[in-house]
Amino acid sequence: MKQMFYGGVHPAEHKEATEQKPIQQLAKAPAQVVIPMSMHIGAPCKPVVKKGDTVMIGQLIGETAGLGAPIHASVSGTVAAVEPRPGTGGVPTMSIVIDNDFQNTMSPDCKPRENVDALTPQEIIDIIRDAGCTGMGGAGFPTHVKISSAVGKADTIIVNGAECEPYITADHRLMLEHGEKVIGGVRFIMKALQLDHAYIGIEDNKMNAVENLKKLVGDAKDITVQALHTRYPQGAEKQLIQAITRREVPPGKLPADVGCCVFNAATVAAVYDAVALGLPLFQRVTTVTGSAVNNPVNLIAPIGTSFAHLIEEAGGFKGTPARVIGGGPMMGFAQYDMNVTMGKASNCILCLSKEDLPATSENPTCIRCARCVNVCPMHLTPVYMNMFAHERRWSEAEEYRLMDCMECGCCQYICPARIPLVQQFRTAKFAIRQQAAKK
Amino acid sequence: MEQYKLSVASSPHASSPVGTKNLMRDVLIALVPAMVMGVWVFGPRALTMTLVSVLACEIFEWGYCKLMHKPNPIGDLSAAITGVLLVFVCPVTIPYWMVIIGDFFAIVIVKQLFGGLGTNFLNPALAGRAFLMLSYPVPMTTWALPGKENWVSMGSVGADVATGATPLSVDFMKSSIAPEASLADMFIGNIGGCVGEVSAIALLIGGVYLIAKGVIRIRIPAAYILTVAVLTLVFSRAPEGVSSITWMLMEIFGGGLFLGAFFMATDYVTSPNTPKGEIIFGVGAGLLVVFIRYFGGYPEGVCYSILVMNICVWLIDKYTMPKRFGVTAEMRKAEKEKAKAAKKAAKEGSEA
Repeated sequence: MKQMFYGGVHPAEHKEATEQKPIQQLAKAPAQVVIPMSMHIGAPCKPVVKKGDTVMIGQLIGETAGLGAPIHASVSGTVAAVEPRPGTGGVPTMSIVIDNDFQNTMSPDCKPRENVDALTPQEIIDIIRDAGCTGMGGAGFPTHVKISSAVGKADTIIVNGAECEPYITADHRLMLEHGEKVIGGVRFIMKALQLDHAYIGIEDNKMNAVENLKKLVGDAKDITVQALHTRYPQGAEKQLIQAITRREVPPGKLPADVGCCVFNAATVAAVYDAVALGLPLFQRVTTVTGSAVNNPVNLIAPIGTSFAHLIEEAGGFKGTPARVIGGGPMMGFAQYDMNVTMGKASNCILCLSKEDLPATSENPTCIRCARCVNVCPMHLTPVYMNMFAHERRWSEAEEYRLMDCMECGCCQYICPARIPLVQQFRTAKFAIRQQAAKK
Repeated sequence: MEQYKLSVASSPHASSPVGTKNLMRDVLIALVPAMVMGVWVFGPRALTMTLVSVLACEIFEWGYCKLMHKPNPIGDLSAAITGVLLVFVCPVTIPYWMVIIGDFFAIVIVKQLFGGLGTNFLNPALAGRAFLMLSYPVPMTTWALPGKENWVSMGSVGADVATGATPLSVDFMKSSIAPEASLADMFIGNIGGCVGEVSAIALLIGGVYLIAKGVIRIRIPAAYILTVAVLTLVFSRAPEGVSSITWMLMEIFGGGLFLGAFFMATDYVTSPNTPKGEIIFGVGAGLLVVFIRYFGGYPEGVCYSILVMNICVWLIDKYTMPKRFGVTAEMRKAEKEKAKAAKKAAKEGSEA
């Protein structure tokens, strides 16, 4: 039986442009990478190299300061600068700029590990921490923190291969071409969490990935590959848990509180690289696609490669691009500067031409059609939240559970009046948080 | 890399192809079968009345917005729907000027004075009908006979036509006499009544089209029709010789229930937004229809049942918020008890 969560929408998938294309190495390595020190939830990393230093691939260049995951050099060469640079989040971020020497010198620490079977759970967690693994699906939560906080609490491991956002095929290709990494990685995580079973949830528009993983699992009973009904936001943590286990994560709680621990497919593959191959997280697969690039591709690229370089790798802009988005169309961030660089969570660079921009209205008028209420996966009433937020009645908006909103964008996607609901909710949430801070 | 002018906006960067205009157009398309049946039963005057009404509605809407310096709303087609629906709930025999007065009341008084599209609290077409009903009770209850031989001429300004009772008129219902029209007549539409309500099958086709296209949700019409069906079956007032099931079907097909259920009660602006609320709205309207037909002085009741429920919409919505994600029944109970205990403690504290 195909599993479902409540609500959701099914936008045009647009995955056909890249779903058949194998993951490619960059045709031309970037001459310079800019590695932001904040690619995860928590405190930014502290740079441990300075201008003029020589670095090798995989060498530690940023160490954690509080909650976070360490950061490693993604190319070999010389540190050109340690300074704030424009970030994908819209604000300047402290970054390490490395000039590539094109030698691809690997750090001597990066070598396949022997005796991986003898590792203890704690050793696996330590390796994952030192390799800088973070959630690679969007939010970027440090993986080792997720695992250590769930030890003893979680009874279900879920690998998120849903990839529910339109356009993106990075995880799809990864599961198809490097399925053994996903399977291997999830087994390491199972060992770290001392559990003997895991689910891999994949939407049924990627049946070849499902078949591939099923084949790799074979007769083993420790991993269930679960096909899921294609619907956005399947890949949202709470919705995926609901679809697979029927459990609902209570407001303000974490998945571990209902015994679940969710990892992105790319993260799991990175865990495999870290534990078995000794490679820290310094590169990732990303999809460069959209109607405004000539040759949409799935690329494996060093962290810190600029959007401009990646778009060149995809054949450059086709016509005039109207919007370039870091991430998918539903939750990604629109960029204004092509010098921003991809981070650990950049799964897609989406270039849209004018025709593909979302419809807007100069005079959006709510007709109370309640389509937003029917698609909201969090059981909210966006129609009323919007009304109160629009009138700046923050306390009433809060009563209508505005703070439960996860900004998935379903309501705004479906809204026939084209009301900018998500923007309204973000503004309101910001105001409510500020108000609470003042008290 | 060349510099491009890129636009930046908050996510999502995708939108559904369906806009307000598409929804309104679909409603108009769904009304076509009923329109065709209206013309077939009552003659071309049904069509000219509809055209006049649509035109009047659009002119009133445009004129009001022009006067008030509001953006031009004509493109959204919502006034056109009001125009069509108002004629659909009037007899074909009323004069054109009466329709125009109804349009004025519906568009200017009920809709625009309360803020225009999205903010009126009554269904404009039904409010317009209620206004005409109160102002001109006789013409509003004079029913032309169905069939080509009784067609009313286009130029006629009312009256002077062969008239008769509708299946749901007082003559039959209150005295428990079976109407002359057969059940099949009622289903197809070969009966007297308002322009758009006579053919159950045409309205059903339109309703199914709207549900299949996702324009309306099935909850309100289903709850509404089922409530009426169950009540009229259980508390049947079927005359002798008519089975209670046949009678139930007559109650459902014979009046304006289908038109009300599929096109009026589902009006976005004046119906609840929560799934539970939609059910309550439908059941409530169904109860009112039966109460009005059984105990009121009026043989129909669809119009008033929906208008009364319209007034309750915001209240219904407020108390039928969807369950909070992740909150179980036990958690809600615990929360309630905690609040109770806190209240009690506060009370004791103030007493001490």
